[in-house]
Amino acid sequence: MSITEVEFEAQGAEAAQEVAGRRIEGRSQWQLTWARLRRDKVAIGSLIVIVIMVALAIAAPAFVSLTGHPPNTAYPITGQDAAGNPVGPGTNGFWLGTDGTGRDLFIRILYGARISLFVGVLTTAIGTVAGVAVGLMAGFFGGFVDNVLARITDAVLAFPYIVLALALAVVLGPSLSVIIAVISFFAWAGIARIVRGQTLSIKEKEYIEAARSLGAGPFRIMFFDILPNLLAPVLVLATLYIPQAVVFEATLSYLGLGIQPPTASWGNLLSDAQNFYQQAWWYVVFPAAALLITTLAFNLLGDGIRDAMDPRTERVLAGRRRRKRRKPRASGPGGPTAEFPDPVRQVAPPTP
Amino acid sequence: MPASTGPADTAPVSTGQPVALEGILEEDVLVRVEHVTKHFPVRAGGLIRRTVGQVQAVDDVSLVIPRGKTLGLVGETGSGKSTLARCVAGLVPVTSGRVIFDGRDVTNLSRRAMRPVRRDVQMIFQDPYSSLNPRRRVGAIIGDPFAIHRTATGGERKRRIQELMERVGLNPEHYNRFPAEFSGGQRQRIGVARALALRPKLIICDEPVSALDVSIQAQVLNLLADLQQDYGLTYLFIAHDLEVVRHVSDSVAVMYLGRIGELGPRDDVYDTPRHPYTAALLSAAPAADPDTAAARQRIILTGDVPSPIDPPSGCRFHPRCPKARPLCSEQEPQLEPRLGDAPTHVAACHFPVEAGEDLAAAAPARSEVS
Repeated sequence: MSITEVEFEAQGAEAAQEVAGRRIEGRSQWQLTWARLRRDKVAIGSLIVIVIMVALAIAAPAFVSLTGHPPNTAYPITGQDAAGNPVGPGTNGFWLGTDGTGRDLFIRILYGARISLFVGVLTTAIGTVAGVAVGLMAGFFGGFVDNVLARITDAVLAFPYIVLALALAVVLGPSLSVIIAVISFFAWAGIARIVRGQTLSIKEKEYIEAARSLGAGPFRIMFFDILPNLLAPVLVLATLYIPQAVVFEATLSYLGLGIQPPTASWGNLLSDAQNFYQQAWWYVVFPAAALLITTLAFNLLGDGIRDAMDPRTERVLAGRRRRKRRKPRASGPGGPTAEFPDPVRQVAPPTP
Repeated sequence: MPASTGPADTAPVSTGQPVALEGILEEDVLVRVEHVTKHFPVRAGGLIRRTVGQVQAVDDVSLVIPRGKTLGLVGETGSGKSTLARCVAGLVPVTSGRVIFDGRDVTNLSRRAMRPVRRDVQMIFQDPYSSLNPRRRVGAIIGDPFAIHRTATGGERKRRIQELMERVGLNPEHYNRFPAEFSGGQRQRIGVARALALRPKLIICDEPVSALDVSIQAQVLNLLADLQQDYGLTYLFIAHDLEVVRHVSDSVAVMYLGRIGELGPRDDVYDTPRHPYTAALLSAAPAADPDTAAARQRIILTGDVPSPIDPPSGCRFHPRCPKARPLCSEQEPQLEPRLGDAPTHVAACHFPVEAGEDLAAAAPARSEVS
């Protein structure tokens, strides 16, 4: 083999590599995003945390049979000390200790995760679908439709939602379906507004006119031409809304207007824990940590997805800039213990 | 001519303007535009919107496009070329006037009634970057016409899409790629393939090459010419590049502020422009031959294009015209043959340009005044 042959082959290999490289980059927006996201350690870490949390929630019954402690069964003998206080982590087979009535705290946190994640994901899904539908219609049809829908959106956004949620929960009686309805109701408006804005700008693109000139109807244009362009921002919004919904649910439950005992939720666990924080630190710390870690993970993942989808992010600088930007934000979603100190139950009667 | 009073006025405006028709048989006409006017309301106010004016984007335009021919439409930005094209394509409703396509009145049809017409009238857009949906694969984009009109499905659709890709000079293997993976010229070929999918009779080319490199322009123009020959297509070709229009057109219409200033066979318009605006445009176009360029006098127009909301009275070109006289601001000139031209070559000018007349000499006097 002569030198020129070797050179030629090397060049060929290089060209092939280049072609392959270009292929990967051009594949699809999702593959591109995933490739960038994979390089983001914080986002991948968050994703792993979320996957673990979901797996634990799904596997909760397995842990029940493993420990032999159903979530709503109290163990007055093994789960409480002589004074009637909860026992600490590791005592008598209670991995994270017990709660005020001697129930297994670990199992209750897992069952709380089921509720929290279910409510968070379901309300976000409902809110996203409704928000996209409203925003798309308002932006696409414009005129009267837009005026009506945009004003309704503004009205919903202007509501003091905690107050309204409390009022609704009081009037309708607290239950899981009321909570889901209330949280979904406040989820769609923000998404609708952003989707409307995006739709307005996409609507003016030439490819929309091209579709119209081909004879495409309004719904075909909305679904085939506009919606694919909205998926990226909507996915980011949805990811960032899940933790808000989780915290919202926890807040309502914490205030006693959400999930009702004996069903466990992170919010009502924290609410009960207040009465014991002097005797049993684990009772406060573990549910709060679960809430904090979950919301933080969703927030960081949402940030990561946004960065990965933004084609303007320079990849070399992205990591550094992202880390810098995140530091102050990391302390942001500090969980309900920090955000909602208990003004309602300042003087809580000690439970026996 | 009194301007149309508003969008409610839908009756055809009769102005007695002649339509350049002589020598063309009725059945040879594919598109007939009759006194088409398009006004866009200008609205002001926040909550309660009221109409404060009308942008007279297209005002009383009449023309015909013979079957299998190319009509070039030139004019500067804002002259109403694209709006006229969209009126012909049925993408914007016309304020008044009629569009007759293939012997059928297609003016302001409902979307449903327009559907069969859409198969015969397709558009190629200016910007190959924004006219293709970045989130859809090329196969899906070119297959859209088949999907919308339900003419081909499944493997049949794919086969026809790949045929089209091959026809316009794209690699059919690239069926699954995204528009971002193609160059500007290739993207415009995708746009051409999409327009060609339903075998239309008329293709409206809205500045199809102005966003492309000059070397690529020629390729796309040649492709369009080949397709015209093979499929007997009729083109309405919009451009602001006069050389491109001269290359592709059989006849040429020059638009200024929503009106047609001059209309005629290509060579007549280019060789003996009658409207001073046409003459000015032609003199401003760069010449390929440096000797010609040196010999030519450039006519420099003064001032800006007036607002189409409040166009000048009389001849709309009079504030910038080197030959303007008092009559020009008082009376609207009609589109008619001037200075013994053939009946197909018409111009709307009271004082048409004579062959060899030095318009540039008249210009400085005007610029001192303004």
